[in-house]
Formats: sequence, structure tokens, C-alpha cells
Amino acid sequence: MTVPSSTGTSRHSPEPQGSRHKRRMTRKSRRLWLVLACLGCFAVATGLVLNAFSSSIVFFMAPSQVLKAPPASDRVIRLGGMVVAGSLRRSLEGQTPINQFEVTDGQAAIDVRYEGILPDLFREGQSVVALGTYRGGSAFIASEVLAKHDETYMPKEVAAALQRSGKWDPRFGKPPSSESLNSMARGATGGSNGR
Amino acid sequence: MSSFFGPEQGHYALAFACVLALTQCILPLWGAWRGQRFLLDLAPRLAFAQLLALAYSFLSLIACAVQDDFSVQNVAANSALSKPLLYKITGVWGNHEGSVLLWALILALCGGAVALLGRGLPLILKARVLAILGGVSTGFQLFCLLTSNPFARIWPAPADGQGMNPLLQDPGLAFHPPVLYTGYVGFAVPFAFAVAALIEGRVDAAWGRWVRPWAVAAWCFLTCGIAMGSWWSYYVLGWGGYWFWDPVENASLIPWLTGTALVHSAIVVEKRDALRIWTVLLAIASFSFSLSGTFLVRSGILNSVHAFANDPARGVFILGLLALVIGGSLLLFAWRAPGLAPGGIFAPVSREGGLVLNNILLCALCAVVVTGTMYPPFMQILTGRTLSVGKPFFDATTIPLALPLMVAMALGTMLPWKRGNLRPLLRRLRVAALVALMALIAGCFLLDGILPILCAAAALWVIMASLTDLAARLGLRDGLSVVRQRLPRLPRAVWGSAIAHIGVGVTVLGITGMSQARHAVVEIGIGQTIHQGALDWRLVSVRRETGANYKALVADLTVSRHGRVIATLHPSRRDFTSQHQVTTDVAIRTNLLRDLYAALGESRGSGADARYVLRLHNNPLAPWIWLGGVIMAFGGALSLADRRHRFGAPRKARDRSAHAPIVQESRS
Repeated sequence: MTVPSSTGTSRHSPEPQGSRHKRRMTRKSRRLWLVLACLGCFAVATGLVLNAFSSSIVFFMAPSQVLKAPPASDRVIRLGGMVVAGSLRRSLEGQTPINQFEVTDGQAAIDVRYEGILPDLFREGQSVVALGTYRGGSAFIASEVLAKHDETYMPKEVAAALQRSGKWDPRFGKPPSSESLNSMARGATGGSNGR
Repeated sequence: MSSFFGPEQGHYALAFACVLALTQCILPLWGAWRGQRFLLDLAPRLAFAQLLALAYSFLSLIACAVQDDFSVQNVAANSALSKPLLYKITGVWGNHEGSVLLWALILALCGGAVALLGRGLPLILKARVLAILGGVSTGFQLFCLLTSNPFARIWPAPADGQGMNPLLQDPGLAFHPPVLYTGYVGFAVPFAFAVAALIEGRVDAAWGRWVRPWAVAAWCFLTCGIAMGSWWSYYVLGWGGYWFWDPVENASLIPWLTGTALVHSAIVVEKRDALRIWTVLLAIASFSFSLSGTFLVRSGILNSVHAFANDPARGVFILGLLALVIGGSLLLFAWRAPGLAPGGIFAPVSREGGLVLNNILLCALCAVVVTGTMYPPFMQILTGRTLSVGKPFFDATTIPLALPLMVAMALGTMLPWKRGNLRPLLRRLRVAALVALMALIAGCFLLDGILPILCAAAALWVIMASLTDLAARLGLRDGLSVVRQRLPRLPRAVWGSAIAHIGVGVTVLGITGMSQARHAVVEIGIGQTIHQGALDWRLVSVRRETGANYKALVADLTVSRHGRVIATLHPSRRDFTSQHQVTTDVAIRTNLLRDLYAALGESRGSGADARYVLRLHNNPLAPWIWLGGVIMAFGGALSLADRRHRFGAPRKARDRSAHAPIVQESRS
């Protein structure tokens, strides 16, 4: 997509061909330049990646895991599980709508607080993933809530968390529907971003 | 019509096309090996025949969808009587089976284009290129036939279909897949050229000139496709974002990055006969990433919204096919590349030095995006912990690499070939540098964050440098008479390169603007007003409407500035009854410098105290993101129209003579 012919360049450029009087680079030093440029660039890229990994990786956690080993309060995590049926409360602070609901993996439940519009596919009794920080106690402040474009769908990570947790404690409402469990058994794939 | 385009006819045509593709793969390769000319001549004819058969098959599937033939499983699962005609047609490629068929059709179209436009190619090279395209076609048509048959019937046929995901019922998305696929599949042609060159054991300047138009064409489509996808997510998902670093988005960005590198390194092959092996590798990599992008993602190995297929048979088939195409070509590369004559080595400060720097930085960017995309699934397999990387990761890694790329981009186009000197160049760029510096200072007062300030300065630097370059080439300083003389003679490729680079600057400015976007989520009743900076948003009324297959709630919002109404917005919420799904229909009012963006959430209460949740955005420079993409693609198209790259343009005698011995060799 670029570039005129070499003759065109020299014709249009006001300067004469530059460093003719300079010492010519030898073949070896030119190759060295190339190798150094490659190495330098990839070293920078690696450094950037490692640095970003240490600070901005987001781990997925189920509510029981969060309660067992609470992450630092400034660490962003993905909290996943089922929305406890009947737990959704909506309120208003000034003109900002606040949604509060409980997320459970059948072993423990955490209260999630979210300012904003819940996704169109958010339903009580269905799976959800909330992105945010855990502030101790049972307070999780979500900056983003994700639900999938499918009623029987369950994110793989949620399904795995539910399977790991074993038995479903009836205190946390109805267990997932049979369709959801079937999709779990299939090892449901697909995303969790129903933005 | 139904007797001419039926599902069985379509199915048969697909099988026939598959056989033709296999023949197209085997016979010309055999001909090239044994030196039998009539087999070589067969390749273009087989390519046309395969294209005809596939086009017929695809038209049959469209006919099934248009005629609401619900005995075809694919139509029953993805269409419905109530769907508008446009979406019945575009819905054909909105699902897994149909999209694989479309993919195969576009690949056949590429083969047809090579057969038609490659008249000036040496016979044996053309035959090999078509044979490789035929081989890839065979694989994907087999995939379509054996695991994802779009023509499968069901019995009993349902009275009505299940409809399509309402999110996909959108004109933007209707045309996004074909354009994006054309970009992906288009890289099959440079790939085929690379493999053919490896078989032949010869890569030279002429090869660079042949391969570049195809790479540029694919790159243009991919650029447009990515821009369309990003625009779609901006106005359909109602989240106010334009890029989510979703695996599917990354899967399109990765081949775009290697494709951009390919487009630039092919110039070096063409002009300086250097970087040959590297260019061959880039051509293989671009198509490999395109393939893995479309199919790994769609087979559900990476988590994503876009995953259609959850069938293990498909996954295994796709993995096998990918291993064959990518592994095979890389093996061939490892075997043959050392035998290729090494290219020249050159000075760091020169046009080719700049292009090499561009390649290194683009590949580093690509490596970073690949790492960010593949790390989570790998870690999950290795450690069992589920993790994800998102915008913070990609912002922290890609922007620091993109900034030097933009600085170098401006210098590279203005350096002469072979050997240059930075000092006079910087003197010519002093206006651009001054503008960038002013942007840097202004940015410190206007923008939040250090990276947006640097990005704005770099973007203006690129735009100003490209304009300076054009002005210098036109001789703007020597008066209008010189310009008038030079204007018609300036190659289109020069215009194309400058315009594409300006497009990059425009996109980066748009992204910078969007980083300063302000939004508010509010719950208000009718008649209430929200203040956001200098803007006042007022909810005037909310009404109900009924559409073809949905019911909608429509809000009327007025936006005023200092008491003067500047826009009226109508965001709505659609309830698709047949699918029990609700979609948010965003209202956007743009003046090209900023977008007012409103989405309607759920409603609470009824009658006079009904309250509505609204998401209100003020997005500065948002349209520039996609405008820049269109400008980039336009620049690419312009350079395609350059005389020297026009398909079928008469070639210089020396190119013909350079390849003549090979043709004779094959005949003997």
C-alpha cells in the first residue's frame, strides 16, 4: 500500500542521497543492527507482558473460594455463580440506580452491589459473572455484570465451580435447572460476556 | 425456482465442488512435477468450475431460506416466517453451517480471481497457486459436507422456524461476516503464493510484485471487516464500548497485524529483493492466524460469544485440518527456506530499514496480543485456575509498542531507499514535530492520563508527516504550476500509502477521544433532567410501539446545551416475543466530533410514577475510530489501483524472461 519507485523518491526528495561521505557500515555491523533491534523490541514486549500479567490478570472465583481466601480489596476478580432467586433488590441513590443481589455456588453466598443497568439476560436463578472487587464481609462491588445470550447457558467456569463445590445447600434457593445441568455436563463452551 | 434450487441440488453441488477442488489440487501439481502442460492449463478451468458449483450450492441454500423451507434443519433452526426478507437472506451466514459454506464460497471466489486476473503469471506458478487453493478448498468443503451439512433435512418439518438471535437481526451485522471473511480468506492467496514459491524454491522481486496486490486486497477487506464489527458492538450492545479484547476480536486483530507487516515487507521484496524468507513466513503466518481465528474460536476452544459449534466431531476435524494446513506449510518452510538465496542486508537508516522496524514492531504487537489471548486457556489447562486478561492488560502492553510504531511510520515513508540521513529528514518534518509538541502541551491540559496524551501527539505526528510528505512530493513549495505538473504523475501508490497512514492517525485520535468519554447511569421519571458537564438530558416521554416480530418501548430524550436543544434521541428496548429475548436499541446522534449515545434500560412502576433506567454517554471523537478504518482501507484500495499493480497490466520484458526458463523446464 505504500511507496513510490526508488527513482521517484530521489527525484522528489530535496536532499541529496545522505551519508555517502560517511563510513559505510560493514555487512556484519548491519546484521548486528538487525539482530539488536529484534532482540530489543522483543525484550521490551516481554517486559511489558510480564509487568501487565503481574498487575492486571483477573482470576475467576466462586463465592465459597472468596470467603475461604479473600483477595486483596483492590484486586479485581471475576465472581461467578447463580443468582439466588428472590435476592434481587433495587434502590435509588440520588438518580443512580443500585442493584443488589446474591451470588451463590451452593456452598456460600456473597452480596453483590452494582450501579447501572443489568444485562438484558440477567435472571434470578440463572448464572452470572460479576467483575469487581471484594471489600470484606459479604460486600462485592461489581463494575461489570455479565450474562450470556442463552437462557439455559452456564459459563464453563461457573459450571466447574458448581461441580467442584459438590452438594447444593438448599439455603441458597433452588439448584440450577436440569437444562443448565445438562449444559454443564456437556462442558458448555462459549463466552460469558453478554454485554 | 424451487425445482431448480433445492436442498438436494445444493447438497449435490457442494459434493461436486469438493471433487472438483480435489482435482484442482492434484492434477496441476502432478502436471508441474511431470512437466505436462495440458494439466497446468486445466487449473484455471477447474477453479472456475468449482466456483460455479459452489455458487449454485450457496444460492440453493439462500433459496431454501427465502422460501421458508423448514424441512431443512438449518433454516428451521435459524429462520422464521415473521422474519423480514433481508434477514432471511443474511441469516444464511449467521450460523455455523451457513458461515462455513460462505467461507468455502469466498475461497472459491479467490481461486476464480487468481485464474481470471493472473493472466500475466508464469504458467507453472499460477497452476501451483491454484492447486494449493484447491487443496485448502477441499479440506473445508469436506468439513462442511461431513460435519456441518447446511442442507440436512428434518422430519417432520416444523410449521415455523425458531428464528434468529435478535441481536444478529441488524443491517450492520448482516454484511459484517462476508466482508470479514473475505479479508480472512483473501490471505489464502498470498499463502498459496508462498507455498508455491517454496515448492519452486524461488522467491524474487517479481514474486513480491505478484503477491502484494493480493495481500493488500485481503488487508483492505479485513480492515473494513474489523471496523464494521467494532462499530456493530458499539451501537448494538449498548455498552458504549467499541472493542472488548474478546478472543474473537483478537482473532481478527492478529492476522490484521501480520497482514499489515506482510503488505509492508512485500514492498522490500519487490523493490530491494531482500527480506524474502521473512515475507514468505509472514504470508504463511497471516493465513494460519486467519484460519485459527475463524475456526478455533468458532469451534468453542476459546470462550466467546461467537462460538457456534459445540460438537466434538467438528472440533477434532478442524484441529486436524489446521494441523495439516499450518503444520504442512511450516514443515515445507523449514525444509525449503534454507535453500532460498539469502537477500541483501541493508542500512538501518533507509526506507527498507524503516520497513523492517515496522515489521519488528508489528510482530511484537502481534506476539503480545497472541499471548494475552492464549494465556488464559493455557493456564486453565495447566493449572486448572480460571483467569482472564482484559483491557488493562492490553492497554498496558499494546500502547507502548504502538507509539514507537507511529513515530517510525512517519519517518519511514520519507526516507530514501538504500541509504538515508536522519538530520535533513527531521528538518523537513519540523512542522509535524511542532504540531505534535503543541498537541502534547494541549493534551496535558485537556486529557486525562499520560497514555492518551502521548497517543494524541503521535497520531497528529503521523497525520502531519503524511501531509508533509505529499506536499513535498507535489512540490507545493515551488508554486502551483509545479503542483499542476506533478499531480497527475504522482503514483497512486504514494497517495494510497499517505492516506492509509492518515487513516491510522485518525483511528488513534478517535480511540484517544473515546478514552475521555463520560457516562452516567441514571433512573429518572418522565420530565426529569440530568446534568452532565455542559449537557442537559431530559426525558420527555416514553411510548410503546409494535414491530414486525417484537414489541418496543421507545423513549424521547432531548439534549440541550446552555438551554438550547441540540438533539433529540429515541433509545428503545425491544422484546422479541418468539425468542423471549430483549434487546437494547441504542440512539446515537453524532456531529462527527462527538457522539451523544443513549440506551434505555428497564422500567419500574407504572402510570405517572414510572421510572426508567437510562445510560447516557458523551463520547468525543468516537466516529473517527471507524472513519479511520475506512480511510485506511481506501488508501489500500487506491494503491491497488496503481498502474504498476493493476492486474493484467503489461509486464516488463525482464520479468517474463526471468521466469521463462522455468516454464520451458516444465515442458521438457
